Amino acid sequence: MDVWLAVAQVATLVVILAALHRPLGDYMATIYTSGKDLKIERGFYRLIGVDARSDQTWQSYLRGVLAFSAVGVLFVYLIQRAQAVLPYSLGFPGIPEGLSFNTAVSFVTNTNWQSYSPDVTMGYTVQLAGLAVQNFVSAAVGIAVAIALVRAFALRRSGTIGNFWVDLTRGTLRLLLPISVVGAVVLIAGGVIQNFNGFTDLTTLGGGAQSIPGGPTASQEAIKLLGTNGGGFFNANSAHPFENPTAWANLFEIVLMLAIPFSLPRTFGAIVGDKKQGYAILATMASIFLVSLTALTILELVGAGTAPAAAGGAMEGKETRFGIAGSTLFATTSTLTSTGAVNSMHDSFTALGGMMPMLNMMLGEVAPGGVGSGLYGMLILAVIAVFVAGLLVGRTPEYLGKKIGPREIKLASLYILVTPTLVLTGTALSFAIPAVRADVEGTSIWNPGLHGLSEVLYAFTSAANNNGSAFAGLTANTPWFNTALGVAMLLGRFIPIVFVLALAGSLAAQDKVPATAGTLPTNRSLFVGLLVGVTIIITALTYFPVLALGPLAEGLQ
Amino acid sequence: MTTLTETSASSQQPQRGHGRPPQKRAISLAQLAVALPGAFRKLDPRQMWRNPVMFLVEVGAALTTVLAIAEPFLGGPAESGGAGVPASFTWGITVWLWLTVVFANLAESVAEGRGKAQADSLRQTRTTTMANRVAEYDPDTDPAAERAPIVEVSSADLELGNVVIVVAGELIPGDGDIVWGIASVDESAITGESAPVVRESGGDRSAVTGGTRVLSDRIVVRITSRPGETFVDRMIALVEGASRQKTPNEIALNILLACLSIVFVVVTLTINPIAGYSEAAVSVPVLVALLVCLIPTTIGALLSAIGIAGMDRLVQRNVLAMSGRAVEAAGDVTTLLLDKTGTITYGNRRATEFTPLAGVSLEELTRVAALASLSDPTPEGKSIVVLAEANGFRNPGELAGDIVPFSAQTRMSGIDLVGGSNIRKGAGSTLTAWVEEFGHVTDAVRTELDGHVERISRAGGTPLVVAMSSAGGSRNILGVIYLKDVVKEGIAERFAELRAMGIRTIMITGDNPLTAKTIAAEAGVDDFLAEATPEDKLALIRREQEGGNLVAMTGDGTNDAPALAQADVGVAMNTGTSAAKEAGNMVDLDSDPTKLIDIVRIGKQLLITRGALTTFSIANDVAKYFAIIPAMFTGVFPGLAVLNIMQLHSPASAIMSAIIFNAIIIVVLIPLALRGVKYRAASASRILSRNLLIYGLGGVIAPFIGIKLIDLLISLIPGF
Repeated sequence: MDVWLAVAQVATLVVILAALHRPLGDYMATIYTSGKDLKIERGFYRLIGVDARSDQTWQSYLRGVLAFSAVGVLFVYLIQRAQAVLPYSLGFPGIPEGLSFNTAVSFVTNTNWQSYSPDVTMGYTVQLAGLAVQNFVSAAVGIAVAIALVRAFALRRSGTIGNFWVDLTRGTLRLLLPISVVGAVVLIAGGVIQNFNGFTDLTTLGGGAQSIPGGPTASQEAIKLLGTNGGGFFNANSAHPFENPTAWANLFEIVLMLAIPFSLPRTFGAIVGDKKQGYAILATMASIFLVSLTALTILELVGAGTAPAAAGGAMEGKETRFGIAGSTLFATTSTLTSTGAVNSMHDSFTALGGMMPMLNMMLGEVAPGGVGSGLYGMLILAVIAVFVAGLLVGRTPEYLGKKIGPREIKLASLYILVTPTLVLTGTALSFAIPAVRADVEGTSIWNPGLHGLSEVLYAFTSAANNNGSAFAGLTANTPWFNTALGVAMLLGRFIPIVFVLALAGSLAAQDKVPATAGTLPTNRSLFVGLLVGVTIIITALTYFPVLALGPLAEGLQ
Repeated sequence: MTTLTETSASSQQPQRGHGRPPQKRAISLAQLAVALPGAFRKLDPRQMWRNPVMFLVEVGAALTTVLAIAEPFLGGPAESGGAGVPASFTWGITVWLWLTVVFANLAESVAEGRGKAQADSLRQTRTTTMANRVAEYDPDTDPAAERAPIVEVSSADLELGNVVIVVAGELIPGDGDIVWGIASVDESAITGESAPVVRESGGDRSAVTGGTRVLSDRIVVRITSRPGETFVDRMIALVEGASRQKTPNEIALNILLACLSIVFVVVTLTINPIAGYSEAAVSVPVLVALLVCLIPTTIGALLSAIGIAGMDRLVQRNVLAMSGRAVEAAGDVTTLLLDKTGTITYGNRRATEFTPLAGVSLEELTRVAALASLSDPTPEGKSIVVLAEANGFRNPGELAGDIVPFSAQTRMSGIDLVGGSNIRKGAGSTLTAWVEEFGHVTDAVRTELDGHVERISRAGGTPLVVAMSSAGGSRNILGVIYLKDVVKEGIAERFAELRAMGIRTIMITGDNPLTAKTIAAEAGVDDFLAEATPEDKLALIRREQEGGNLVAMTGDGTNDAPALAQADVGVAMNTGTSAAKEAGNMVDLDSDPTKLIDIVRIGKQLLITRGALTTFSIANDVAKYFAIIPAMFTGVFPGLAVLNIMQLHSPASAIMSAIIFNAIIIVVLIPLALRGVKYRAASASRILSRNLLIYGLGGVIAPFIGIKLIDLLISLIPGF
């Protein structure tokens, strides 16, 4: 029964996305290549003093990304610190330094890691003016960077790669905002709340006292998913009935998460002028997605241990209205898209099942990945795959007519180096520094033993890959985790962006080599297979030892 | 530039140099023995540093050596990951790590050793000789330097621009151009070709190479290279690999390998802190073993050997690449410019048909044409006789009469027979003029002749008109000989092969477009450039490069030099001028223009070999993980034994087996690295799927088998 439910859900999802990705992908291509500005955009450009017609070098584009994000971090930090004096604070006090830093970084980096319970920490002003705004713009930044890279493949002998401020503005105004409005309306129709009620105290039928929170949830819910942000309005995130009330709302939320990431390959194909190239990337992402989903669903359905067997399924930490299939689909989507929203507790998954969301993130968030970040991550892997494959066919490797030389390989390799280093050193430092280890084992880990290790590993994997989901058994609101995870999120987001934009600059400056019979075709199933292989091998080789010490050791006991 | 009438270099030197027989086997035990001392010398960290992957292995080996020595004083081998290890374990790891490094150096040494043998034979030509330097050379009044004072100097003291006299029997003291005279020169020391070649002043065959011997006559040579920078010096440096610089792809690959190594260093360094949480910390030798198994040692060890061997394969084909970059570029070539003459056609036209005019019998035309050609030494002339004989003409042997050789003034040749009749053959307009000196060519004849001439020209042939004057003095046109430019056998297949490899061929010819088009169609080239001047050629290369193409070409003349320099791969013929050799980035000692195709193959093979071993190296990691990871942690987590899918005997033997496999595979693959992966012309997809299957899938499977076999042996050692 569960199996058929799972299959039916996936089939529905595939049909919806197949119908959606073409118009949405083409629309995005139009947005980012159009020469026309909207009136409101022109006004905005005048306001910030940007000439929309002048393109930027990659360095200048990068400065834009970094400056804009730095301002974002600072603003979100300050608004949290000052919460006590802001209106609509619901009476919550200002937020401590460590948590403010962590949260500010978390939302600006599109991670949305939450070391806190939002419903009892953040008032409406912080949620809306700080976090919700970042939900939009951090997503727009990610897409902008991806578009800059895509454009670089299409450009020839160009010193510039586009204008960051234009990409950012258009992405926010023309893409994220309108879809979010529609999404929010649909969610409200599905039962997600949207009000400014604060808390409603009532007495339950059983006579107990309950305090029910309200809030502008739907408006934030839509962009939380659409922008692959994941930061919930409530602590329970999408497991909370006010955020994700029904099974069909659950599916709609999944569609929101996947819509842009699965449409961007189409945009890529459209901009480089070869739709098949886009399909190859899409096929790679979709293959990994389906394999991962199948693995997690099987692991959870089969369960492990006596308790799940007695209960008729591994239902601990899962909502009965979603069931196992609805939970695994959501979990796979959320961790493969860098969203990090949850509708079930990943911490409660079976040991090997819990490894799957972790593995999903370790893949580098590329299948299909976060908005923008997924595409550029996959394109980086494609560059590596093309390099190896290019050598194998006896040509200096080239991708879309661009030679993959020492500079390109250097940038792509450095990109690949960043997140594993952050994840592994972060996890290792948590146990290597005696004082930190005492704190981690004493305060943070509530499940001693192997699972505790998995929780810490999950936290750093999630932060460095800008996912934001957690094995929630870990208490992360400690000075160590707030700082270390904050740093991991920051470096995990922006160092790769530096390499991506540098690569874009180097590709744009190149001329295009015409394709011949000797050119490796990058739009065939063989290349898709190779790209899947490269993605998985790189991950497997990097994380196998640490997985063996955590979830594998736990699951194979 | 090669023109139609010139006989091609390839027809003069049809065989490869026989001075150096091709090496059949990639490697022999003797070669290994010779290379061994070099392999140990290369252990010097200052040299190892250039190869980051193997440097890392050396550091690991040094570290385990220290640990192995210190162990007895620290109380025996440490327990690792909760499992005991035998006493000899650390020493075993140490020995095999050092062997890994030595094997890597051995590969490089063997590759270099093969070049050294060639370098030594070249060195013998570099002996110092005495040179007769002309003190005050004046090219205007005394071009032959017969009156100028001569100073005898050592060849080592010759400077750029000096002029020397070389007579028969002497060695040419340095590279230079002949400014006066003609001589036959024995160049076997360099080309391996024993037949002497003719070198003369002016034109495209004026270059001489230091160390070659003048066999006849006397020449005046202007030295064009400094001592120590001669062609032979450069050759020696190249074949020895001394001046080897890393190519762009090699650099890129090195970066990728270095980054992978860094990832694995991070993986290894973070294991113990994380394992420490579960009290599963492993010993340092085990960590080093894990690191060495994971970093791409196979390709890291063989990378430079592959590069050296690639250059060596070119040298074996008598091609000298001035840089590795050029070899690599050859693999990327997308446009190939080929001179028609000598490359696509045999270079000399052959008579294929006699066409008599109205009123002349075929027998008559055949006889006259043959008579006119009996004493004609040119290939065209000989082919006329051959065709005539096939048509029934009987060769009378000696012929009484005066031979009229072809000259640029008369533009015709023939014979004045004793009987008083003169025979001439030549171009249509020339012969018409010759006939009209003493008579009149009727319009009917003229029309008929023009018809034949045009028909033959249109078909890509050269019409040769035959005329005769009778003893009475009247001159008549008899008919036309159809001289055809014969396309080499099998050339169309080679072009089809090139097309499959994604290479476009463009034929360059001085012919008119009509002729060029016909031959282009017959040979199966993709495009042609007719009536090509050197400027046209240069413009064509620029145009192709504008479109992102990489262009390869061959050339020999001075006027080819700009195009050779502009082309991405410019192969100069050894028979060519110094200017051409200077401009190109390769020199073909056999002066065989078709060799460009071989060069492209070698370039591709070089890249494929690198790619194949990289894929193999990385794919190997899967099996090594399945050997080492369970071995590291089963002591603490017995459940991980499930991952020991090879059923290896014990943790210690599993780790030893992996490290031994890792070292031995380098030696096993040395022959492949030196020989290169087999390259068959096919589409990129097909090559990719084939190589992925062999080196990717093979790379995953092979170590599972290898490690298991080694483990079976190791398990016999007590303690393991």
